[in-house]
Amino acid sequence: MQRANVDIKGLQIGFGGLKVLDNLDLHVAPSEFLVLLGPSGCGKSTLLNAIAGLIDVRGGEIHIGDRDVTFAEPKDRGIAMVFQSYALYPRMTVRRNMSFGLKVAGTPREEIDRRLAEAAQMLRLTELLERRPAELSGGQRQRVAIGRALVRHAGVYLFDEPLSNLDAQLRAELRVEIKRLHARLGATMIYVTHDQIEALTLADRIAVMQGGVIQQLDTPKMIYRAPVNRFVASFVGSPAMNFIPGRIARDGNAAFVAGESRFSLEAYAFRGPPGEAPAVLGIRPEHVEVTGSDDAAAVPARVEMVEPMGADSLIWCRLADGTAFSLRHDADAQVQGGDTLPVRFPTEALSLFDAKSGQRL
Amino acid sequence: MTALAEPLPAVRRRTRMTPARWGLYAFILITALYFLLPLYVMVVTSLKPMAEIRQGNLLALPMSPSIDAWIKAWTSACTGLTCQGIKVGFFNSLRILVPSVVISILVGSLTGYALSLWRVRGAGILFGAMMVVAFIPYQLFIYPLVRVFAVTGLGQSLLTIVIIHTIFGLPTMTLLFRNYFSSLPIELFKAARVDGAGFYQIYAYIMMPMATPMIVVAVILQTTGIWNDFILGLVFAGRDNLPMTVQLNNIVNSTQGERAYNVDMAATLLTALLPLVVYFGSGRWFVRGIAAGAVKG
Amino acid sequence: MRLSLSSKTSAISALLPALTVMLVVYIGATGWTVWMSLTNSRMLPNNNFVGLRQYELLLGNDRWITSVHNIVIYGVLLVSLALTVGFLLAVAIDQRVRAEDTIRSIYLYPYSMSFVVTGLVWQWLLNPTLGIQHVLRSWGFQNATFDWIVRPETAIYCLVIAGVWQASGLVMAIMLAGLRGIDDEIWKAARVDGLPKWRVYVSIVIPMMGASFATAAVLLSTAVVRLYDLSVAMTNGGPGIASEVPAKFVMDHLFERANIGLATAAATMMLATVIAVVAPYLYWRARKGEIR
Repeated sequence: MQRANVDIKGLQIGFGGLKVLDNLDLHVAPSEFLVLLGPSGCGKSTLLNAIAGLIDVRGGEIHIGDRDVTFAEPKDRGIAMVFQSYALYPRMTVRRNMSFGLKVAGTPREEIDRRLAEAAQMLRLTELLERRPAELSGGQRQRVAIGRALVRHAGVYLFDEPLSNLDAQLRAELRVEIKRLHARLGATMIYVTHDQIEALTLADRIAVMQGGVIQQLDTPKMIYRAPVNRFVASFVGSPAMNFIPGRIARDGNAAFVAGESRFSLEAYAFRGPPGEAPAVLGIRPEHVEVTGSDDAAAVPARVEMVEPMGADSLIWCRLADGTAFSLRHDADAQVQGGDTLPVRFPTEALSLFDAKSGQRL
Repeated sequence: MTALAEPLPAVRRRTRMTPARWGLYAFILITALYFLLPLYVMVVTSLKPMAEIRQGNLLALPMSPSIDAWIKAWTSACTGLTCQGIKVGFFNSLRILVPSVVISILVGSLTGYALSLWRVRGAGILFGAMMVVAFIPYQLFIYPLVRVFAVTGLGQSLLTIVIIHTIFGLPTMTLLFRNYFSSLPIELFKAARVDGAGFYQIYAYIMMPMATPMIVVAVILQTTGIWNDFILGLVFAGRDNLPMTVQLNNIVNSTQGERAYNVDMAATLLTALLPLVVYFGSGRWFVRGIAAGAVKG
Repeated sequence: MRLSLSSKTSAISALLPALTVMLVVYIGATGWTVWMSLTNSRMLPNNNFVGLRQYELLLGNDRWITSVHNIVIYGVLLVSLALTVGFLLAVAIDQRVRAEDTIRSIYLYPYSMSFVVTGLVWQWLLNPTLGIQHVLRSWGFQNATFDWIVRPETAIYCLVIAGVWQASGLVMAIMLAGLRGIDDEIWKAARVDGLPKWRVYVSIVIPMMGASFATAAVLLSTAVVRLYDLSVAMTNGGPGIASEVPAKFVMDHLFERANIGLATAAATMMLATVIAVVAPYLYWRARKGEIR
């Protein structure tokens, strides 16, 4: 089975009175790498397990590769899965772990050996085949788990937070391996994580989830640049986006007013006609520009603290009305507490949100 | 918002009644009957008059249930020479049980406490040795202990049997409390020492109050074990203090002539009553006790 | 952490009871018993050394041979049956059945009862004129026979039936704890791999439960060697000496039959058996503890 698409319509999952997912739609194209991103409890794992067939659905449909698999057993869905805790069978060798499912399904011996050799070579497991999981490191175990999924030659590969149990360095290494794997195989992959860096580096598209609802389904670039609401804006990107409360003035030029500070909104792509309601302006620290004091449009910001971060420094400032925000600056620049910096918020990097609903304006 | 913490909710497939499922319930039913059969037979027979037992069927329900057999078992069944009923044994067992449970838990918890938190030289060896000797059958100790108690003048008495129960309960009790105290955060202990508390103060004011779950488990284990004991009570308790289990065996197995099965079964049920009440009343604690006691060493 | 002198003395003094018990009872009494087995003590202990004579006598003693024969049969059957039944019960309960708590209570309550109670109850149930045979006949099966308990060749099997009834619940509790300790994600992975449930149990779960099986087996084995109350209550060694067991042999010869030398020799042999079973187990656990 090769490179299937996944179509989910109106999915409902819950138990007792509790609704976890309500009327959820999702379409994953063949060969796409889709990441389900969100905090704990947002429903991403539930969705993945539903696609896998490991939990019951109350309503809606799931199609994999144009087959309706809503009530099919996991083994009949053409899927393979990689788990957070690796879930390797402890008493079996790596070889047996990877081939057991195929053997039970009756796959001929030569086919099993062929697929095993292929996966082992791709994941550099060939020397480890006769070892037991207890004798492997965390990173090696996870590669075995991925290998076990690969030999199934599935239409869709599902990953449930596979890197969360690894330390930071291993996580970075395996992230690259997974990306390489996807490039090489071109397989459809659905990947669950709460780590936004993983999402941004791996995904073709990201579905940001909160409260059982997909907040935004878009490419990493769009999610980063044009988050659709305040939650998405604050969840993605590190250091976090600055939020400055104020309101939109309509006197003369469109501008955002926060106390005495005034930021031009010319050429800002409003979604609809904005009212006079209170709004929140979002801008990422790396997009804040420090201009010269001769710039008429510059807004003064008083420096409070400088955090050196290696190549850059994170400078914490306050606007005239006291609102705090941070900006990224060259580490070599001579800035210290008490200085006043003229800053500019480029319109193309701005996000405006309704103060009450959090929706993008 | 009612946040759902991942991992997943417990409910998965709505389990359908497949043939395999029917087979499972059939297996459970049959095995449950095997386990319940003796209890049922005992209850039912103890409520029948002898005539009905002689003619009838052990599994049949009593036609006119009466508690005469129970009263007879309690007040006038013959154990050896006297015919005072098994209530004698009941109160004997009670008199043995309470001090034995209290003292064995006291000594065991103190020993476990000393071994877990205080770095005494040889503590590990002592503990390891206790775990090993716990497996040795009683038959190896019985005669020497009988001699020792005879020589010291204690002979067979209530005090003797209480000491014996304490001795043989020591490995299990020590294991229980030592493992429990070892699992508590060491910071508690250090904070108490910094506060200036001494050995017994920490034991009494800090450790034991925190050990309530283990005390419950220990009480359950010791109560069941001591109440059900036969061999130690037979040898060490003395004629006036024979526990209920010994008396029961005497009532049943030393009757001449026709056995009064209804009385015998009533007496058996009376003997099993206390542990059964503890068992059914303790719920999950009983299982916790098994888990704690089974993990020897 | 430095210990003050007074708390250190308190700690040591608190350990004195345990130490005394260890030395006097466990080591001292055992040593004395073993010594007694090398003497010709009869009703009272004496110190006349006779070497291994008592052991020679044991080997020629009908009662003892029968006891050993019986305890081996009992041991093998009890351990294998109780492990199997207990495991199956645990698996059954683990299938998320309704009324799980009630069912578990039913399986486990026999363990809370005394061996005397168990022995008496099963004595009645297996009694030909009163128990199961009688019931079967009264239901119309005229020629039904279930008189194992009064026949010398089969009396020991009755003890097995009663023992399994009492011990299976314990095994079930241990196995259930082991089963519940298996990571949920392994079940999920097996499901995605398309493994049928029985296959998961056979190829994955059982190998993972080695420690539970070992613990249960050792507990059962030590209970087997100690078998006394059950045999006294159920058959009292009968019919004749057909269901004699070593522990009963020792007790009878210590007291009624007044032959301390022989009794202690028998007890020492019991000790040797226990060591043979327990020592490898404890060694294995100690090694696992170090490696982990």
